[in-house]
Amino acid sequence: MSKLNAKIPEGPLAEKWTNHKAKLRLVNPANRRKLDIIVVGTGLAGSSAASTLGELGYNVKVFCYQDSPRRAHSVAAQGGINAAKNYKNDNDSVYRLFYDMIKGGDFRAREANVYRAAEVSNLVIDHYTALGVPFARDYGGLIENRSFGGVQVSRTFYAKGQTGQQCLIGAYSALSRQIDKGTVTMYPRREMMDLVVIDGKARGIIVRNLVTGEIERHSAHAVVLATGGYGTIYYLSTLALNSNGSAAWRAHKRGALFANPSFVQIHPTSIPVLNDHQCKLTLMSESLRNDGRVWVPKTKGDPRKPNEIPEDERDYYLERRYPAFGNLVPRDVASRAAKERCDAGYGVGPTGLSVYLDFRDAIQKKGRKYIEENYGNLFEMYEKITGESPYEVPMRIYPAGHYTMGGLWVDYNLMTTIPGLYAIGEANFSDHGANRLGASSLMQTSGDGYFILPYTIADYLADEIKTPKIPTNTPEFDAAEKEVKERIERLMAINGTETATSFHKRLGKIMWDYCGMVRNEEGLKKALTLLDELKDEFWKNLKVPDTASELNQELEKANRVADFLELGKLMVYDALNRRESCGAHFREESQTETGEAKRDDENYSYVAAWEFTGDGKEPILHKEELKFEYVKLQERSYK
Amino acid sequence: MKVKLKIWRQKDSRSKGKFEVYELDNVAPDMSFLEMLDSLNQRLVREGKSPVAFDHDCREGICGSCGIYINGRPHGNDHRTTTCELRMRRFKDGDSITIEPWRAAAFPVVKDLVVDRSAFDKIIQAGGYISVNAGAAQDANAIPVPKHNADVAFDTASCIGCGACVAACKNASAMLFVAAKITHLAQFPQGRVEAPERVKRMVAKMDELGFGSCTNTRACEAECPKGISISTIAKLNREYITAKLKD
Repeated sequence: MSKLNAKIPEGPLAEKWTNHKAKLRLVNPANRRKLDIIVVGTGLAGSSAASTLGELGYNVKVFCYQDSPRRAHSVAAQGGINAAKNYKNDNDSVYRLFYDMIKGGDFRAREANVYRAAEVSNLVIDHYTALGVPFARDYGGLIENRSFGGVQVSRTFYAKGQTGQQCLIGAYSALSRQIDKGTVTMYPRREMMDLVVIDGKARGIIVRNLVTGEIERHSAHAVVLATGGYGTIYYLSTLALNSNGSAAWRAHKRGALFANPSFVQIHPTSIPVLNDHQCKLTLMSESLRNDGRVWVPKTKGDPRKPNEIPEDERDYYLERRYPAFGNLVPRDVASRAAKERCDAGYGVGPTGLSVYLDFRDAIQKKGRKYIEENYGNLFEMYEKITGESPYEVPMRIYPAGHYTMGGLWVDYNLMTTIPGLYAIGEANFSDHGANRLGASSLMQTSGDGYFILPYTIADYLADEIKTPKIPTNTPEFDAAEKEVKERIERLMAINGTETATSFHKRLGKIMWDYCGMVRNEEGLKKALTLLDELKDEFWKNLKVPDTASELNQELEKANRVADFLELGKLMVYDALNRRESCGAHFREESQTETGEAKRDDENYSYVAAWEFTGDGKEPILHKEELKFEYVKLQERSYK
Repeated sequence: MKVKLKIWRQKDSRSKGKFEVYELDNVAPDMSFLEMLDSLNQRLVREGKSPVAFDHDCREGICGSCGIYINGRPHGNDHRTTTCELRMRRFKDGDSITIEPWRAAAFPVVKDLVVDRSAFDKIIQAGGYISVNAGAAQDANAIPVPKHNADVAFDTASCIGCGACVAACKNASAMLFVAAKITHLAQFPQGRVEAPERVKRMVAKMDELGFGSCTNTRACEAECPKGISISTIAKLNREYITAKLKD
C-alpha cells in the first residue's frame, strides 16, 4: 500500500492558504486566452469555476447534460449556505466553522482543506450578494442568519427553502455573462463518456450529444470535473433522477484514485416512501428542525392520529437523548435515531417507517406568519406530495440517501492523481470527511469554484503556456472514441427483456440493504456476490430500444447503470475495509454501548483512495494519513 | 385506476408529429404524473416499442426541466404546480388525458414532449446579470437592502425557467419570464449602472428569437407554477420606457 502525498503546505493552519497562494505561479493575461480549459457540470461548482476562469480570460468550454446550465441539481438545495461572518455576534469565527466541520465529519477530513473552505466562505457570501442573490434580510436591510444541524451558532445564510436555486441562478447569471462575452462556450445536452489522457496528462473528453447521439471530441490543456455526487446509486434518493457517477467513474478507470466511496450521507428529513412506483424521495430541509420537533408515540403502534396524542405520551427522542443539541443533532445521528425508533416498533404512518416532525409548538409560539415566511415553500411542497398540510398535522419524515462525501481523490490544489485533471465540489472527496455538516456543501462547492481552483489551476497551466492547442486527431482520442462507441453498440446489441430502470431498482435495493444506513461484514460480503450476479445479468438481459443516433433516454440510463454496477462494488470494498464506524459510515460491529458510532483512530485515521486495476479485478488501496495538529480527536458527542 | 393517454409523438424536429393513444392500467392515485409516464415507458420498452421522450430531472418542482401540456394546460390543471409535482389523485378512473409538448415557435420540438428552450438562456446571456467579478465584491452587509425589496427579489427569482408562461400565451410571449428577471435585478442597488442596457438588450433579444408580444391576457400568470405576478410586466415596461427615454 503506497502512501499518498496531499501536498499540504507547511506552516500554521491559519496561514497555510495565504502562504500557498503567494507561492502559486501565475499565467499572464495574454497567455490565458491561449489556454483551453474544459469544465464538466454547471452546478454551483461548475458554474462558479467556469465563470471565474472566463473572467480571468481563459478559453473555457463548459458541458452539462441538462438542456440549460441553470437546471443543475444544486438548484434543489434548500436550507442554506454557511459562512463565518459572525454577523450575529454569537462568537462565531473561521476557526469555529472549521472545527464544526471537522467534528461533524467525524475527524475523517483534512484539516488544511476544511480550514481553507471556512476561510473563503465569507468571500462566497459577498460574491453571491453582489450577484443579486436575495438572501433573507431583516427590517434594517441587513442579512439574516439561522442555525443548522450540528452547530450552536447562527451562521447559515438562506433564501427561504430555496437557497440552492437562488445561489445557482446567481452563479448561472455570472456564467451567462461570460458566455455573452465569448470567454465561455456552453455545450448543453452533452454527457461526458470518457476522459482522454495523453502522455499521462488529462487532455480532453469524449462526449455524447444527447440530441443527435453524435460522439464528439473536445480537447483542452486541463479538465475540471464538477459533476456532483453519485447518491442516485440507491435508486431512491433525494437527488435529481439524472444525477450520476459516470464521469467520475470513467476518470477513475483512466487512473484517478477514488477516495472514501462508501461515505454517503443519509439525510434524516426526507418524505418517506409512499409506494412501489416511486422514482425518488423528496428532501425536506434540515432547517425545519430549527422549529420542528421530532417525536414518536411512547406506545408501540399507537393507532391515534398525531394531534390526539397528548404531550406526555409523546417521546421527543432527540431532545431526550441529546439534550445539548436536541433536534439540531447532525444528520447521521438524527438518521440513525429515527431508524432505531422505527426498528424498535415506534414508527408511524402506514409503513411504520417514519417519524413525526411537528410544528405545533412553533406555530403557537412564533405565529403562523413566521413559519410561512421561513418554511412556506417547503410546507407547500410537502402538501402537494402527501396531500396533508403541515400547518395542521405533523410532517412524516424518514432518512434517505443524499450527499456523497466520497469522490475523486484530490490534493490540496484540487488536482486528482491524473495531472491536469481537477475535481471540485461534490465530485471530490476532500472537505466533508465521513459526514457533512448542514449547509456546508453550497459553501464548499462555491468556494472551490470561485476562490480556490482558479488560483491552483494557474500553477499547473503555467507550465502549459508553450503547449499549442491540443489536437483531437491523436491516437489517444481515436482509442477513447472507439471504446465509447463499442460500449454503446454492446449495450444496444444485448436486446434482452429487462429495462435499465429495473436493474437500477435492484441495484439500489442491494446498496440500501447492505451498504446503506448501517453496514456489517456479512452483509457487505453478500453484496459483493449479489452485485456480480446483477452485473452479469445486466450485460445479458438488458433491453435498450430505438437507436443510438437520436435522443435516447433509455440508452442514457443504461450507460449510467452500467457504471453504477461497478462503482457500487467499490463502495462495498471501501465499507468492508473500514472496520470502524465514523459519521455516516456505521459498521454494526463498531458501536458504543449507547449505539453511537465508534471510531478507531489508531487504525483508520486515513483517507482510503482506491486504484482501478481492471474490470472485475480487486482495486488497490492507497492511504493518505490524516494528521490532526489543531484539533484534538475526541468522541463526537452531542449530549 | 385506468387512464387513456393521447400523447404527441414526434421523432425529431424535422419529422411530422401525430397523436398516439395508449391505455394504462394499474395507475395508483399517489403516483406522480411523471411516474405514471415512467410506468407507460417501462411497458413500451418491454414490448419493444419506442418510449415517450420527456424532459425531467429533480422531480421536486425546482429544476424547471419538466413541462408538458396536459389537457390543454401547461403543467396540468392544478394551480401553482409543475408537471413533476402533479399527482394522479387529481384524475379519475377512466379519464382520457391529452399530453402535448410546449407549443411556441421559439421552442422547437426536439422529440415527442421534449422542446428546445435554449432561447431563455440566450435572453439571460443578453444582459440578465449583474456584472461583478469573483473576488471584487464588498462585504455583503455593506449595502443594506430593504426587506421588502429582498422579498420581491426572492419572489421573482423563484422563476424556474420552465417556459409555461410562453406555452400558455396565445402570442407565445416571453414577457413574464423576462419581467421576472428584470424585476428581480431591479431590487438591488448593485447592477443599477447597467440596468438601462440590460432591459433594452433583453427585450431586443426576446423579439429577435421569435417570441410574440404581450397583450395582457394574463394566461402566463394563471399558469406559472411559481405564482409570478404580471405586476412584474408593469415593472419591465417601466424599466424599458425609462431606459428608452435616456437614449
